[in-house]
Amino acid sequence: MTVSPSSSERRPDHERTNPTGMNYSRIWRWAVLGTATVSLVPLLIMAGWNLVQFRKALAAESRVPIHNLLANAKQSVSMFLDERKSALNFIVEDNSLEQLSDPERLSRLLHNLKTSLGDVVDLGVIGSDGVQRYYVGPYNLGGRNYKDESWFREVALRGSYISDVFLGFRDFPHIVIAVRQDLGRDFFILRTTIDTQKFNAILGNLHISAADDTFLVNQEGVIQTPSRLFGGVLENLSLPLSPARNQSEVVEVTSPAGKDLLLGSVRLDGTPFTILVIKESALFLGLQQPFIGELAGFLAVSVVVILLTILRVSTIMIRRIKTADEHRIQALHEIEYTNKMATIGRLAAGVAHEINNPLAIINEKAGLLRDIYDRATDDPRREKVLKNVESIQKSVERCSKVTNRLLGFARHLEVRFEPIEPEPLIREVIGFLEKEAQYRNLALSLNAAPELPAIISDRGQLQQVFLNILNNAFAAVSDGGRIEINITRPDEDHVAVAIGDNGVGIPPEHMQRIFEPFFSTKGVKGTGLGLSITYGIVQKLGGAIEVTSRVGEGTVFTVTLPLRQE
Amino acid sequence: MRVLLVDDEEEFVSTLAERLELRGIMAEAVTSGFEALERVAQTEYQVVVLDLKMAGIGGLDTLRRIRQMRPESSFIILTGHTGLDEFQKVQEEGVSFHLMKPLDIEVLIEKIRTAGGGKGES
Repeated sequence: MTVSPSSSERRPDHERTNPTGMNYSRIWRWAVLGTATVSLVPLLIMAGWNLVQFRKALAAESRVPIHNLLANAKQSVSMFLDERKSALNFIVEDNSLEQLSDPERLSRLLHNLKTSLGDVVDLGVIGSDGVQRYYVGPYNLGGRNYKDESWFREVALRGSYISDVFLGFRDFPHIVIAVRQDLGRDFFILRTTIDTQKFNAILGNLHISAADDTFLVNQEGVIQTPSRLFGGVLENLSLPLSPARNQSEVVEVTSPAGKDLLLGSVRLDGTPFTILVIKESALFLGLQQPFIGELAGFLAVSVVVILLTILRVSTIMIRRIKTADEHRIQALHEIEYTNKMATIGRLAAGVAHEINNPLAIINEKAGLLRDIYDRATDDPRREKVLKNVESIQKSVERCSKVTNRLLGFARHLEVRFEPIEPEPLIREVIGFLEKEAQYRNLALSLNAAPELPAIISDRGQLQQVFLNILNNAFAAVSDGGRIEINITRPDEDHVAVAIGDNGVGIPPEHMQRIFEPFFSTKGVKGTGLGLSITYGIVQKLGGAIEVTSRVGEGTVFTVTLPLRQE
Repeated sequence: MRVLLVDDEEEFVSTLAERLELRGIMAEAVTSGFEALERVAQTEYQVVVLDLKMAGIGGLDTLRRIRQMRPESSFIILTGHTGLDEFQKVQEEGVSFHLMKPLDIEVLIEKIRTAGGGKGES
């Protein structure tokens, strides 16, 4: 197949470092990676930071109602207990021990308490010796000694006492409230049992939503009022509890079932109780779903847009760099090529000139010999000498042809438009390749249409064009091949030179690329510039170049040239 | 017809003169521009055959000076190689013919006859 007379080593496209010596796909990869990193990393960090901040804000926000609930519950429960404690205090202040010893009066007091408070079950007076002196209520507790009970010791020491919840009368949960009344050096204790149903109702009414759970536990973590999530009264709370403080606080805990919970707690002073408010974190997590969705969507769109932009911009940029590099290298090669040709031209001119002078002397000397022997008709050596002289003159003529071609070639390196006869021009070019054609037994034929006009063009450049194309044709055919040149006049204003060979042909996949700089199939032998330079010259001269080829059948290059330059 | 051959290659110019003589052309050979000017001052030549590159006065200078002395003379340039610039200058001088060495003597004679006979700018 044809291709340029000069080019670099070819490797498959994907691993090819091109003639500029640069690995553009690697530069591209680094450009994409680098730009993507510096643009995406800050974006992702910002998005992550936003999410963390949003969650913090949301968590803080979601704790506010828990704190409120705790405050309300604390107030309500304290009020409930204080109310009952105050009632007892009022009774012991208002009634002497003697008055309280009157069962009727004690019953009336119990009745009054039941009427005003509603949940009082019994009333008992206990002496400083721990013996229950007087008692009204459903139990038969008169005379019972509490001396060794811890609550008795506590009320004797501190003046008042509120018990844990216990199952009392008819198995309903109860608490005990007791107050001490000092009588000089002695004292007595007024004690009452309270049904916690009303107490539970207070906590139940505090609920803001069905998802909340508000209840009391004692210091041992035993549930004191019913919990929606953690079981009934007197069951052990299955949550780890840190010691509660008087200030309300909210922490995140995980339930045994694996649920994330927000746990609010506050200690009730002067009681064994801690108020707990429990909320499922999932409820507040639910609030962030839309935000996370929007954030993720925004992020995804941004990332895609950024990546697409980076890919596009990098690709365009690297492609431009590559093109610029190739143009630069091509220009350098062209300059180099032109310089080389100019040097060859000067050298050729010098050589030709130096040879032509002695050649002229040989020619004249031989000519003179011939002149002399032509006239010496009786000399027996005449025939022999004349034959030799003729041989000398033929050799001179051959040398002269070579030097003339060299001179012509050198002269035509200078750019100049002049009238050129197409056929002699082609013959001149063929002259350069004649010897090779003979050695390789190539059939070289030239057919020119009759009466072709001269074209105005640059002789040197045209020689280069046809020399390149012929070189390719020579490379394409095998020994004994055929190369046919047809010069025609396709229309009034043009002359066409078609150079056809019966060589290997050009595969269709190469056809697109044969005029590209650096495209070559000749391996290390070619520069890949021959046909690209040829193409450039033909364009510069206002002409056109066309290729038709069939693999295995051959290739035809057709150069169409205008008769006149614009 | 008298012809003056001017070329610094002595062997060439003398042999050429001898051959022209054999063909009935009175040719004299000189090997420099100076010599040529001396001869032209003494004798009139119808045709002067000049080399371009010569030591001393170059071919073109010689041509101009001879033309001053003998405006009716015709000129043939016979040279080993002509650069483009030189070629154009020669054209501008209006020489009759511009021939390349080595050459066929019959061609030269034809040109000499044309140049000398028809006073021929061709």
